[in-house]
Amino acid sequence: MDKDATSTAYLDMELLRFTTAGSVDDGKSTLIGRLLYDSKAIFQDQLDAIELASVKKGEEYINLALLTDGLRAEREQGITIDVAYRYFNTPKRKFIIADTPGHIQYTRNMVTGASTANVAVILVDARHGVIEQTIRHAYIASLLRIPHVIVCVNKMDLVDYREDIFDSIQKRFMDFSTNLDIQDVRFIPISALNGDNVVDRSVKMNWYEGPTLMYQLENVYITNDYNLLDARFPVQYVIRPQSTEYHDYRGYAGRVASGTLKVGDKVKVLPSGFTSTIKRIDFGKETLEMVTAPQSAIISLEDDLDISRGCMVISAENGIRQSQDIDLMVCWLGEKPMIPGGKYIVKHTTSDLRCMIKEVKYKVDINTLEKDYENRTIELNDIGCISIRTTKPLFFDSYRQNRFTGSLVIIDEGTNVTVGAGMII
Amino acid sequence: MKRFSINHLRELESESIYVIREVAAQFENPVMLFSGGKDSIIMFHLARKAFFPAKVPFPLMHIDTGHNFQETIEFRDWLADESGAKMIVRYVQDSIDCGRAAEETGFTASRNKLQTVTLLDAIAELKFDCAMGGGRRDEEKARAKERFFSHRDEFGQWDPKNQRPELWNIFNGRKNIGEHFRVFPISNWTEMDVWQYIYLENIAIPNLYFSHEREVFNRDGILYAKTPFMKIRDTEKVEKRIIRFRTIGDATCTGALESIANSLEDIIREVAATRVTERGGRADDKRSEAAMEDRKIEGYF
Repeated sequence: MDKDATSTAYLDMELLRFTTAGSVDDGKSTLIGRLLYDSKAIFQDQLDAIELASVKKGEEYINLALLTDGLRAEREQGITIDVAYRYFNTPKRKFIIADTPGHIQYTRNMVTGASTANVAVILVDARHGVIEQTIRHAYIASLLRIPHVIVCVNKMDLVDYREDIFDSIQKRFMDFSTNLDIQDVRFIPISALNGDNVVDRSVKMNWYEGPTLMYQLENVYITNDYNLLDARFPVQYVIRPQSTEYHDYRGYAGRVASGTLKVGDKVKVLPSGFTSTIKRIDFGKETLEMVTAPQSAIISLEDDLDISRGCMVISAENGIRQSQDIDLMVCWLGEKPMIPGGKYIVKHTTSDLRCMIKEVKYKVDINTLEKDYENRTIELNDIGCISIRTTKPLFFDSYRQNRFTGSLVIIDEGTNVTVGAGMII
Repeated sequence: MKRFSINHLRELESESIYVIREVAAQFENPVMLFSGGKDSIIMFHLARKAFFPAKVPFPLMHIDTGHNFQETIEFRDWLADESGAKMIVRYVQDSIDCGRAAEETGFTASRNKLQTVTLLDAIAELKFDCAMGGGRRDEEKARAKERFFSHRDEFGQWDPKNQRPELWNIFNGRKNIGEHFRVFPISNWTEMDVWQYIYLENIAIPNLYFSHEREVFNRDGILYAKTPFMKIRDTEKVEKRIIRFRTIGDATCTGALESIANSLEDIIREVAATRVTERGGRADDKRSEAAMEDRKIEGYF
């Protein structure tokens, strides 16, 4: 470590969450192992443990993939089953990787990992180019509105580090992604196995003048990834200390979903629609002037209103949509197919209510991105456009505008299992 | 500082507080597990921050193996007293005495695994529907697959291959009667984050974490403290060394580290430079490659 670990700069890093997507054998685990290894996030005892495991399995090299496959079944079968979270940091940033498996329940896992990511790293095998799975990965990144996409063209060592191959993959990706809603996409030629352009610049690809993957991850601008305009504060919990010192204190605990709230701001409380003014903002023993997404805080209002969990405090000037009839894109995560006309539970911000599936408008063929109006059965890992009706009005933004007030999950009433991820249109 | 950005520690803090409040709101009778180690200490600190000026709306519970460092117990009692929190203690010894758990024998005997029995019995006895734990995903590879809200069936078991998907910041704590949840509010923290946060917030921790002189012996490359709970082989030499503990658990499976780090700044520098994971000194994880996964499936923390 170059810097002193207790210096202010070290205590004041940004947090970046990214997801990695790739198909079978494209070297995703090797890439993650490489990032962890080269940033010194792998410790000697972990390395010893995987070296021992690699030897036991009769492998020639230390298998970096064993670092990420945490469950017994995964190691035995040599596959990744579930999303695993990995952590590393450089002097510039702290990183959380949501490592999603390449095959089993692919969509379900990638959607889960993508839901909180700032960046999607998509791997393409230089020998195979853009394949159906690449289109799927890019589509999910766009559907979940991951703000930044980095396409790593991997295994460049197996195509003699040829520039024309990299160029044609880049062109092919750009061609189909014009139909998608990806705001920021970059391409990097790498060899995860040899470490080319991962942390250190490759000496074999002088034709590539862009940054390495690590540089890109350290420097991509993420402050704007939160919606900073529309003040939204879903109430989680009501704080009533019932002590003599705080006799009349009544505060609303929550985490700012978007925008900023300041003392003195005029606000509106939903669903009642009453307006009031922010009297004070507390966080622990500090009294704050303002709070911004994604901070947690407790706010108190000038007026005594009936507010409980599930209510939302928003800026008085800035409207939010309210309706019982909602159109959304859904990714189905349940083992049983979605039942049209069926009743489910919806969780949206801090409220729980019931809903009915009114209609499946179409299903998306995620390999061709075509809309299918004929076969509209939504099964595990399918993505479709549906209409639901809720028992009470929901207050929401479109997912495009706001990842937190525009998202919901669908829960099976019988099993309590989360069966659908919804993005409001 | 830029106007609209918060640093990694504040973002983690905000996330954990959000999770802890979700627990208070979604469950009827939650409990926060407390071991006296740094992770449960910061988790409790976050809980106090989440509800201040109100009191923390759930009790703490310590599953006591009886094989503790005296400093841990003193710290636990001091913290309960200072915070006014309710501290429930359940003893592994009681589970052994009533025949629910069998003591391991031999030189490597530990009560670590037996805690699961006591924990599950306490959850059933006190009808807790959610137990929060200070587990972190960076600690161990099976933990890396863990959800924030982790469902447990009526036997208290974890099914790692069939976990509920967890998206955005929406946590599904719905369950049937008899089932419960384990919730891990500090899932996304690393060891370094924990130390930096202790430093930033000036949080009190047991003295065991700081450098001190202690009688220790070396077994399989790990330095253990000499305690009445561990049998020492004739070939193992007990000697005084300057050490500190990097993790604090049951005294029979917590390894010490030779260190002169005597302040939080020193510890942070030491953690930044170290090349061994913190659980590298934990005998309970060394039993097999899937030791943690196996214990978690049965209902361990």
